[in-house]
Amino acid sequence: MIIGNFKVSYADDEALFRTPASRAWLWVLLGAVVLFPFLASDYLLYLANLVGIFTIAALGLNILTGFTGQISLGHAAFVGVGAYATAIVATRLGLPFWLAVPVGGLASCLAGALVGTPSLRIKGLYLAIATLAAQVILEWVFNNWTGMTGGIRGLNVAPAGLWGFEFDTDRRVYFLVAGLAALHTWAAANLFRTRVGRAFIAVRDRDISAELMGIDLFRTKISAFMISSYYAGIAGGLWVYFAKVVTPESFPLSLSIQFLAMIIVGGLGSIKGTIFGAVFVTLVPEGLRAVVQGATAYSPDAMSWLAPMKDIVFGGMIVGFLVFEPHGLAEIWNRVRRFFWLWPFPK
Amino acid sequence: MDEFLQIAVSGVVTGGIYALIAIGFVIVYKATGVINFATGELMMLGAFFAWTAMAVAKLPFAVALLLAALGAAGVGALVERVVLRPMLGQRPISIIMVTIGLSAVFKGIAQVVWGGEYRSFPAIFPRKPIELGPVILPSRQAWPFLIALAAIVLLAALFRFTRTGTAMRATANDQATAFGMGIDIRRVFSFSWVLAAVTAALAGVVVGVIGGISPQLGAVGLRIFPVVILGGLDSIGGALVGGVVMGVLENLAGGYLDPLFPGAGIKEVAPFFALVLILMVRPWGLFGTREIERL
Repeated sequence: MIIGNFKVSYADDEALFRTPASRAWLWVLLGAVVLFPFLASDYLLYLANLVGIFTIAALGLNILTGFTGQISLGHAAFVGVGAYATAIVATRLGLPFWLAVPVGGLASCLAGALVGTPSLRIKGLYLAIATLAAQVILEWVFNNWTGMTGGIRGLNVAPAGLWGFEFDTDRRVYFLVAGLAALHTWAAANLFRTRVGRAFIAVRDRDISAELMGIDLFRTKISAFMISSYYAGIAGGLWVYFAKVVTPESFPLSLSIQFLAMIIVGGLGSIKGTIFGAVFVTLVPEGLRAVVQGATAYSPDAMSWLAPMKDIVFGGMIVGFLVFEPHGLAEIWNRVRRFFWLWPFPK
Repeated sequence: MDEFLQIAVSGVVTGGIYALIAIGFVIVYKATGVINFATGELMMLGAFFAWTAMAVAKLPFAVALLLAALGAAGVGALVERVVLRPMLGQRPISIIMVTIGLSAVFKGIAQVVWGGEYRSFPAIFPRKPIELGPVILPSRQAWPFLIALAAIVLLAALFRFTRTGTAMRATANDQATAFGMGIDIRRVFSFSWVLAAVTAALAGVVVGVIGGISPQLGAVGLRIFPVVILGGLDSIGGALVGGVVMGVLENLAGGYLDPLFPGAGIKEVAPFFALVLILMVRPWGLFGTREIERL
């Protein structure tokens, strides 16, 4: 039985895994992720891809909002920038996916730097409104810069290929998505063991104290915006090879809100929570769909209730978590784990 | 010149309505520091209340307006008590998200109750357009504009002359002192939500009478951000000025830039370009209070 978590050196304090058990469990999880596509149905794989892409994007948002304290209502637009950049270099220049996706990430990173520039001058609510403006304007650009983005008809992209292997079905795209999601989760977890990541947290907790301690505020905030939108851009690039088509209506304000919902439901400032949030927010509407489909047996027009029910459940979920469990699913997870650690003693 | 006048006047009409929406938004921000993303959905609910009273219960317009205001007041009080009060003092992100969550819930409820289809109000006003010199205003725009103006004047009077209005101004000015002087802050918070919801409902009816209503009507709510940022988030006078300026700007952009970019909908996006500029130059707006951080 573990009766306490005693750290006797700085190396212990900074370690990625607190106990050997958590390292072992991670290997189990990775094994499950690798085996999943051989066992699951097509529909489950489609959902898994969606979850993977959203995980990467939500990680980016959590780095910016949860860890650095800068609110962004324009995250979906950055995903869009990445998706369009990827699609454009893939179709115009014929770049292979392993170049096109990073190009998407970089393009989005630059856009993030541009939008993040005012963050030194304005913060909190004002920054939220500035990013809202960025979302509206970028969405407008996607719709109207027809020469580049193809307007509302969008751009069609051929599936990714590597040495003659085509990532053309959801089952095959899964490997791409899962690999990149794992890589980016690992990078994000390690980011907060470095000076840069520590500076993010310091800026979130109190920006003025952080500055007095020698952290360059502007550089830190801009890097947070850049890293965050880089993640969004990679998610956008993957979206291109997942959906095979990019249209402006894939990146609306409601998607930005969905990303925010993921990090709030999962837990602001928690990597683990981001994954929980991405899974939860993606799967709840699907669960709802299953329930409503079941209800058609009793009332034939039940399907017409699906869209409003989704709105109500989604909104209720955000409000409920904020009022009753502001630290999100990550905190619930910790509580459950603590219970088993200390069992049979009460907490 | 006539064309310019026509565009400018219809911009002022749009602006008057924006100003009314923005005032509801500013009241809540001033008193409680909450950015209310559900303003648009409160408008939509108010419009549906009035529509139900008129089209289903066949009541006269004035009664419908009153019922809509009452219904909205109930919703406002409930929302403040159940959702916003536990959130007092939380981080901005939590407060923004809670109002966004509320807006999704309202939209869903409206779709369940009234269905998703598009409806229009029964004819209310005389059909005759109003002529102001060379400018012609269709009555569908002129009359709602007058209602919006009347509502703004009423609100201003309420703030200036009533006891509650004074209490609200005192609270906005300095919460701790107001509390020390015996003002019931919780009542002020609750009343500002009620007032904001009623204002939003009136604005919703006005917008609905002009353009019809559907659960998507709340999307107009986004348009107030350029307005309130220009005027200053905590200035009622600023909301008025900001509303009119943005209304005119939007219409001018629509009138003169749209032919250059056909089909691009410059009108919808121009206020947001202005918004970015204002945030760069003077984030606290024309009449807002500049936030100064003291350690």
